[in-house]
Amino acid sequence: MALPTYDEVIAKWDPVLGLEVHVELNTKSKMFCSCATEFGAAPNTQTCPVCLALPGALPVVNEKAIESTILIGLALNCKIAPYSRFARKNYFYPDMPKNFQISQYDEPICFDGYVDVEIETDEGLKQFRIEVERVHMEEDTGKSLHVGGATGRIHGADYSLLDYNRAGIPLVEIVTKIVPGTGKYAPEVAKAYVAELRDILRGLKVSDVKMEQGSLRCDANVSLKPIGSDVLGTRSETKNVNSLRSVERAIRGEMIRHAELLNEGKKVKQETRHFQEDTGLTRSGRSKEQAEDYRYFPDPDLVPVTPATIWIEELRATLPERPSLRRKRIKEEWNVPDKEMAAMINADVLDIVEATVLLGADPTKARTWWLGEISRIANDQNIAITDLAITPKDVAELVALVASGELTDKLARQVVEGVIAGEGTPSEVVAQRGIKVVNDDGALMAAIEKVCAEQAETAEKVRGGHLPAAGALIGAVMKETKGQADAARVRKLLLGHLGQAN
Amino acid sequence: MIHKSAAEMAKALTNGETSSVELTQLHLDRIAAVDGDVKAFLHVDTQGALDQARSVDERRKSGEKLSPLAGIPLALKDVLAQKDVPTTAGSKILQGWLPPYDSTVVSKLKDAGIVIMGKTNMDEFAMGSSTENSGYGPTFNPWDLTRTPGGSSGGSAAAVSSFEAPLAIGSDTGGSIRQPAALTGIVGVRPTYGAVSRFGLIAYSSSLDQAGPFGRTVLDTALLHEAMAGHDPKDATSINAPVPAVVHAAKSGDVKRMKIGVIKQLQGEGYQKGVQARFDESLQVLASLGAEIVEVDCPSFEYALAAYYLIAPSECSSNLARFDAMRYGLRVGDKDGASAEAVMSATRDAGFGREVKRRIILGTYALSSGYYDAYYGSAQKIRTLIIEDYAKAFAKADVLVSPTAPTTAYKIGEKVDDPMAMYLGDVATIPVNLAGICGMSLPAGLADEDNLPVGFQIMAPAMQDQRLYQAGAALEAALLTKWGAPILSQAPALKGA
Repeated sequence: MALPTYDEVIAKWDPVLGLEVHVELNTKSKMFCSCATEFGAAPNTQTCPVCLALPGALPVVNEKAIESTILIGLALNCKIAPYSRFARKNYFYPDMPKNFQISQYDEPICFDGYVDVEIETDEGLKQFRIEVERVHMEEDTGKSLHVGGATGRIHGADYSLLDYNRAGIPLVEIVTKIVPGTGKYAPEVAKAYVAELRDILRGLKVSDVKMEQGSLRCDANVSLKPIGSDVLGTRSETKNVNSLRSVERAIRGEMIRHAELLNEGKKVKQETRHFQEDTGLTRSGRSKEQAEDYRYFPDPDLVPVTPATIWIEELRATLPERPSLRRKRIKEEWNVPDKEMAAMINADVLDIVEATVLLGADPTKARTWWLGEISRIANDQNIAITDLAITPKDVAELVALVASGELTDKLARQVVEGVIAGEGTPSEVVAQRGIKVVNDDGALMAAIEKVCAEQAETAEKVRGGHLPAAGALIGAVMKETKGQADAARVRKLLLGHLGQAN
Repeated sequence: MIHKSAAEMAKALTNGETSSVELTQLHLDRIAAVDGDVKAFLHVDTQGALDQARSVDERRKSGEKLSPLAGIPLALKDVLAQKDVPTTAGSKILQGWLPPYDSTVVSKLKDAGIVIMGKTNMDEFAMGSSTENSGYGPTFNPWDLTRTPGGSSGGSAAAVSSFEAPLAIGSDTGGSIRQPAALTGIVGVRPTYGAVSRFGLIAYSSSLDQAGPFGRTVLDTALLHEAMAGHDPKDATSINAPVPAVVHAAKSGDVKRMKIGVIKQLQGEGYQKGVQARFDESLQVLASLGAEIVEVDCPSFEYALAAYYLIAPSECSSNLARFDAMRYGLRVGDKDGASAEAVMSATRDAGFGREVKRRIILGTYALSSGYYDAYYGSAQKIRTLIIEDYAKAFAKADVLVSPTAPTTAYKIGEKVDDPMAMYLGDVATIPVNLAGICGMSLPAGLADEDNLPVGFQIMAPAMQDQRLYQAGAALEAALLTKWGAPILSQAPALKGA
């Protein structure tokens, strides 16, 4: 039997989502010791007796991590627990030095919040509310590198290497309640939720939120129930989906896989699955049919977290503008059409455009540059727009140069290429490449006279009042001036020269 | 010289009558002479100790002002990490491990110029009451080498009572300082939970563990208490408050008008006759010194042992999970093709002793889903009730007292196959740990039937450790007058001495 199409899936089945997002906080030190947290250090160089779980070592909570977590909770409209505790989650795994993970169990620090997301639907923009069940703190594990074997998985490997640099890095886990009622938009809603979370976290400056580096990781729970049914289906949990696009793909893929099984009368297995970036499919991981017994109990090495109300209110007062409100404000202030707004969000250029506008550029011009020429170059080079060597300051300068008439749009595109190629700021590129709008009427007149002499017949037609013929002459003048002249100016001077000025 | 108190030795050092090197060498010689029989030490750090002693002597010569115990040698329970010195917690699973760091207690000892001579034997991971559960064989009681010195800090207690060291550090999770102090005729104190940093103390049961001092006098013990206690930012459960004035209290021992509460539940039935007799006698001495003796009722103490044997194993089942052969210690079964899981399993099977395995299994069970509320949850409730019992009792009395242990030292092997009988020996000490308060054991004389030392336990509320020393010093002085000589002078001479 062929895989059902997505339309066939949603004609029969109603998806239910549940999303768990892990965020690595960007604190300077780890959750329970003073080791550095920088990404990419040589293996096992950022470790100490505490995060290696040497005998006798004890954890002490990083206050900054608690502050960051409370900020996240507040930004997600959560309640903040006046008393919460860390618990030990006990299980053996070599990359977990203590063989228990310090986490929070039945007493999370933040709970009962929500995030609103908007997506484009057949009926226009529609808002979905994702309810947040809890936000809690925990520590990350180390990393295993399985060497030998074809798949890089532990099965079939010759040996494994352990890197404990990541062990003990503060993680915040944000768990949604089940998300029903998204219908065919489930993949888009999930993507929009993760994007919104990412924007909120970025605004809070509590995490690098780089999905590709694993500082933001999403586990997507998906189940299907027949449309109209109240009974939840069996869920699968797809782990470590590491881009926004993958969130959407993974959920769509799982919906199709579940539907195929259910259509054939088979059962969906409750299990962990791993998303495959290349195929867009998931493969089976650990079976979760037998719930593991983690023997949670309050960590006796740590004291309860009891944030003072006054501190919570101080933190609340520092919350930045909510991304959704910001988008609304920007849309209104800049007068951006729906479609363009969606395009900016999709291309993830809102921050960079706003930065450009704040440097004095006209919003429409700034948006057009980033969304147009610069996005095109980023796509061609297959890199993130923020990784190009062009800054909001460069674009603001470029917009100013065009506005003052020193560059035409066409010339400005050459300048953009130059800046991205590393030739310097727009002014430097203009100077080095000798790019200049020819606005010296004398030089233009010389070119016009030369062209009119060369194409005397055409010039005569214009002189006789046949204005459409002027186009050819203007084109020739432009060519003569290597495109550096302002075409409107050329036209005006040419018509004046041929006695047709009005 | 080695028979003097640490305070007297300190005076001799200050007066220039002796040097730390000389004093340390005397003790090292004593260890060499008698420890073949006592087996108090797992590791003697001769060179490290002499180097440290020399450095203290030099500092003293240069006129530097040193702390009161500078230059005095000490025996350290092997549960505390000491940089580059073998640290095993009495377990085969840590054989050969050299800590790359100092526990906070060790740092404080070094800062105070106290000379660490070596690591003492203990029940594996402090689980036991006789030091017979050590992975390296038992320690023998200097009073009678066929008997246990108690435990789990049996090595430290035996070292002090056999004059191998004037001072020692132990740790007390359910009585592991007070009970061996009682069984060897010395003074041992378990400070208030959080008074002494646990950073670097290899955890048995985190919410109960507490390191503390051993000495042959109340004052010596107070001097060491003051040197090792204090707030430590590396231990989240460390108390951020000044150390109580324990030395001052030990020097001014006085029980006049002090209310002393006798816990109804911790005497009488189940207590050896000679133990009860010495306890009653000490009470009379205290009364004759002007103390007011009252009886207090602690009904929940009946459940203390049961609660302890759920909480401690639960915490240990998690604390000991880190011993997995991946990063340090023993590694067994690491053959070609063996999975990490198989190596972990084989190592833990080979490295842990029977009692440790028993408690890990017990704790794993007690924390399991479906059993948690009935076991771990109930035990925590009992803990609350015991705290309430103490609160009511301390409303009536400044300190509470009981015999430290129901019996004197028992024979090696006598209770090794009967864990319940062994566990019962801790019935009087465990409530202190569950409530997080402080307790002291000091010698109350010898039991008539066996001529073995009896311990008298004093308990005080959390952060009121000075009361232990105030009452203890008064009793000690009165008993010394009565006996004419310290109790240890009655211990038989050891061979080789």
